[in-house]
Amino acid sequence: MSTEDKDVASQTKIKPFTMNFGPQHPAAHGVLRLVLEMDGEVVERADPHIGLLHRGTEKLIEYKTYLQAIPYFDRLDYVAPMNQEHAFALGVEKLLKIKAPLRAQYIRVLFSELTRIINHILNVTTYALDVGALTPALWGFEEREIGMEFYERVCGARLHANYFRPGGVHQDLPAGLADDMYEWAAKVLKFVDDMESLLTENRIFKQRTVDIGIVSKKEALDWGFSGPMLRASGVPWDLRKSQPYDVYAEMDFDIPTGTTGDCYARYLVRVEEMRQSARIMRQCLEKMPKGPVMVDDNKVTPPKRAEMKNSMEALIHHFKLYTEGYHVPAGETYTAVEAPKGEFAVYLVSDGTNKPYRCHIRAPGFAHLQGLDFMSKGHMLADAVAIIGSLDIVFGEIDR
Amino acid sequence: MSFFDRTAKSFLLVEIVKGFALTFSYIFRPKVTLNYPFEKGPLSPRFRGEHALRRYPNGEERCIACKLCEAICPALAITIEAEPRDDGSRRTTRYDIDMTKCIYCGLCQEACPVDAIVEGPNFEFATETRAELYYNKDKLLANGDRWEAQLAANIEADAPYR
Repeated sequence: MSTEDKDVASQTKIKPFTMNFGPQHPAAHGVLRLVLEMDGEVVERADPHIGLLHRGTEKLIEYKTYLQAIPYFDRLDYVAPMNQEHAFALGVEKLLKIKAPLRAQYIRVLFSELTRIINHILNVTTYALDVGALTPALWGFEEREIGMEFYERVCGARLHANYFRPGGVHQDLPAGLADDMYEWAAKVLKFVDDMESLLTENRIFKQRTVDIGIVSKKEALDWGFSGPMLRASGVPWDLRKSQPYDVYAEMDFDIPTGTTGDCYARYLVRVEEMRQSARIMRQCLEKMPKGPVMVDDNKVTPPKRAEMKNSMEALIHHFKLYTEGYHVPAGETYTAVEAPKGEFAVYLVSDGTNKPYRCHIRAPGFAHLQGLDFMSKGHMLADAVAIIGSLDIVFGEIDR
Repeated sequence: MSFFDRTAKSFLLVEIVKGFALTFSYIFRPKVTLNYPFEKGPLSPRFRGEHALRRYPNGEERCIACKLCEAICPALAITIEAEPRDDGSRRTTRYDIDMTKCIYCGLCQEACPVDAIVEGPNFEFATETRAELYYNKDKLLANGDRWEAQLAANIEADAPYR
């Protein structure tokens, strides 16, 4: 080979090969654009590009009253809407120095856990779909649909609930719903077992997930992971236990942790969390007291409809609350909840007016997506898909 | 698990066979799918679907143009103009909802002091053009007339919780 040929060879050698993954890729879970630098089929660098679903939620909330801000939280992580509302409701309650009535707290915990189950059903089954198993997704959506029917019965929408409000929940559970939910909380365990018998021991599933995307304990903590991502690496950290909000302190449940920190461990943690959530749901329904579901303070929560139609004072409160809203005392709060995907938090700054001065949203998926680079380094392209699936990312909350 | 156990399970494809057996058993269970346009899932009285403007039983429109719905709407989808009618009562001259903006949060029906604007049980109002989704007062009142029986029943059913 002459020197000239060598030059041509070195110049035409394309390495690493840069490839776009998404944003229109079915395995990209939404609008993830991943720029992959590949050496053959091995990922050398994964660079997630975000922002394709940015809607300016944080800025919009600065121009909305506290009541109007709630629907925006449904649309962050649209797979687990009520957990987001929970964080905001708790934050505003903290600033207002009020506490939701006991029944409302039980209802909120009940629906947070229902949401956790339907979130994990979606994640685990679509994850199985990503690595090649179709059946769990078909079955999972049936169970998920039942969960969303409960949503629909309690608030009128299958997804965008607008149900948790600062000071409680919007309406009490309709008659019969509690019984149906109790029954389902037992029945869903059967589904989880069925799904496990399809996946947990399955050799194809294990080949695609075991030892893929390992996150060590230290890495998980360094990168700010939370939720199942952190617990799969063996850190028993759960906000429901470490700083219980609402009635979680009275609930008896375990925190599953993994040991290996790979995709398989994350799958197992999520599956076990579903069982624990069903357990919490049953406890909530057993212990749920009777009583009001909203704080009885018409400066913050609207009066009952019948009262509003008969009492002048109630009508004035009604008008005031639906136009100007309520003024929240100046202050700031960082309120976090254990959303299905991890620590979801709202950093709320109030300047004493009826609108938040600043509302920063801490999305767990954002931190997890950052870790994609080190997790997929040295793995094959197909493993990158498995890792994305195990991160449980939803772009609504990452791009906000 | 002993080595032999593991090897035997691996060679006999135990977990695969179990999975197939489970899948196969589902063939004999009742179908859960709905034949959609002919069969529909259940809806609760709280369902928030297409908007409608209601009337009183005597035919008088309920809306008194208080503009609470316009004020509370987070998506700014509602536009109202009002002036006194010939008989002196205050009524809207314009009541538009931009259904492409609406996020179906239900705050308008919550805010309405006279149960005029409601989100009804209809969820099948897809159109071929955008313009058809800019609802005006006539369209909303027509919706109200069309769905009144069910709207009234839903409000009645949900009244104890409101």
